[in-house]
Amino acid sequence: MSKHPLRGSTAIVGVGLAGIGEAKGRSHLELMGESIHKALSDCGLGLGDVDGLWTVNMDNFLPSLTVTDYLGIRPKHVDGPNVGGASFLVHAISAASALHTGLCDVALICYGSNQRTGAGGFVSKSDPPQWEAPYKPRLPVTAYALAAARHMHQYGTTREQLAAVAVAARQWAQKNPLAFMRDPLTIEDVLKSRMIVDPLTVRDCCLATDGAGAVVMVRADRAKSLKKKPAYFLGGAAAQWYRGISGMSGDITVTSASDSGPRAFAMAGLKPSDVDVLELYDAFTINTILFLEDLGFCPKGEGGRFVADGNIGPGGKTPVNTNGGGLSCVHPGMYGIFTLIEATEQIRGEGGERQVPGVNVALAHGNGGTLSSQVTVLLGSESTL
Amino acid sequence: MSADSQVWAGPGPDATYNSYIEKGEFRLQRSKATGKYVFPPRVMAPGSLDNDFTWEKASGNGTVYSAVIVRQRPEAGGDFSIVLVDLDEGVRLMSRVVGMEPSKVKIGQRVKAKIGEIDGKKVVLFEAA
Repeated sequence: MSKHPLRGSTAIVGVGLAGIGEAKGRSHLELMGESIHKALSDCGLGLGDVDGLWTVNMDNFLPSLTVTDYLGIRPKHVDGPNVGGASFLVHAISAASALHTGLCDVALICYGSNQRTGAGGFVSKSDPPQWEAPYKPRLPVTAYALAAARHMHQYGTTREQLAAVAVAARQWAQKNPLAFMRDPLTIEDVLKSRMIVDPLTVRDCCLATDGAGAVVMVRADRAKSLKKKPAYFLGGAAAQWYRGISGMSGDITVTSASDSGPRAFAMAGLKPSDVDVLELYDAFTINTILFLEDLGFCPKGEGGRFVADGNIGPGGKTPVNTNGGGLSCVHPGMYGIFTLIEATEQIRGEGGERQVPGVNVALAHGNGGTLSSQVTVLLGSESTL
Repeated sequence: MSADSQVWAGPGPDATYNSYIEKGEFRLQRSKATGKYVFPPRVMAPGSLDNDFTWEKASGNGTVYSAVIVRQRPEAGGDFSIVLVDLDEGVRLMSRVVGMEPSKVKIGQRVKAKIGEIDGKKVVLFEAA
């Protein structure tokens, strides 16, 4: 099999986080700017080196223009579709392609939100889904609850198994000093917490925090000369099938991760058993179960049993969401960029107490809309090239 | 008007659908070419260029595909059901099952459509068949 031209041709060389949790008094652009400062300092580049920009956010109608203006840069290539929280993984695929083809030399992917402490609160700026809004579903949680209820009906998945996802995320968060929620959490705690939309309680739902993240990518030849160990882009693929959950005409327990995953693995020339750590967009506990199945880490319908058997927490054979995920670390409206950042830190071996030993291949997976958009990216250490 | 400037006369599919609902009729587009029903209303069948439809009265018969309970304070109206219903015509829609406790609504249950109101807007609701 011939090697895909994008396999190993670019790498993530700088990552930065800012305002994880609560960052009162800071705007989304200030938080994003701080994360960019950290990401560029992380690799030893400057803002003047950035000539490609990928960004979306929840506050700006023309985010690329606002961010360009704020940073005072003049990028020669811009891109950045908004497919919800998965956007930043699409951005990584697009940046890999643009770097490889020479459209730009230093790609910046960035996001920031102050939705927890900012004046805007949690008011959604999203257009109401025309054929769902009249029924006043509480979105997005209702959409995920509908998928969870169907998964429970079809495969016998239990609330305790869903809760096991939240508990594993919390166990990882307890090893991450940046994580927003680090108190002990038990299955019983999750089951007893406030029901939002049956079968999902507040502890089955992601956090609503402030936070920002930035990622810098360059071509592989340049990556070697920068400050940190590169996390090479090995493969990536996006899939999207609908907007609102009612637009899914088939089995809602199968997401388009079943399409993005195999294509990402094919580009990387890898299989699920090659993956050392997974960073999955866990907006709700059902997500982790669906994505483990759809990405090929367990058979369809077995996800509940898989997570309850201790596979995904610290010490498990398939470590998932080592930063604590959207459930316990950070979820500032859009989470996708944090999957790329944690995957990179794990490949570098910078995870501290939460570091998984010997990570060479990391999978980052983004979710957007209401299970509508799925994007898979595989990153690897130099030994995978 | 030139022949290629507009492919049909009169209001678009959304407005047509809503005008039937306002009259108390639940109708679906049906492709003349394939016989397949389309929901939500569109100018072309999903994934197709097929745009020649009739507006057929829906049987209203369907099966609950998934069901959840949205929790809400009693003073705000209390808990209510949100469902996905697969109509016998082969299309899926979001709705509510009314006339029974939300906790009694079960996946696989047969339901029947009726036109009801939420906040003064006429919508398709379902009740136990």
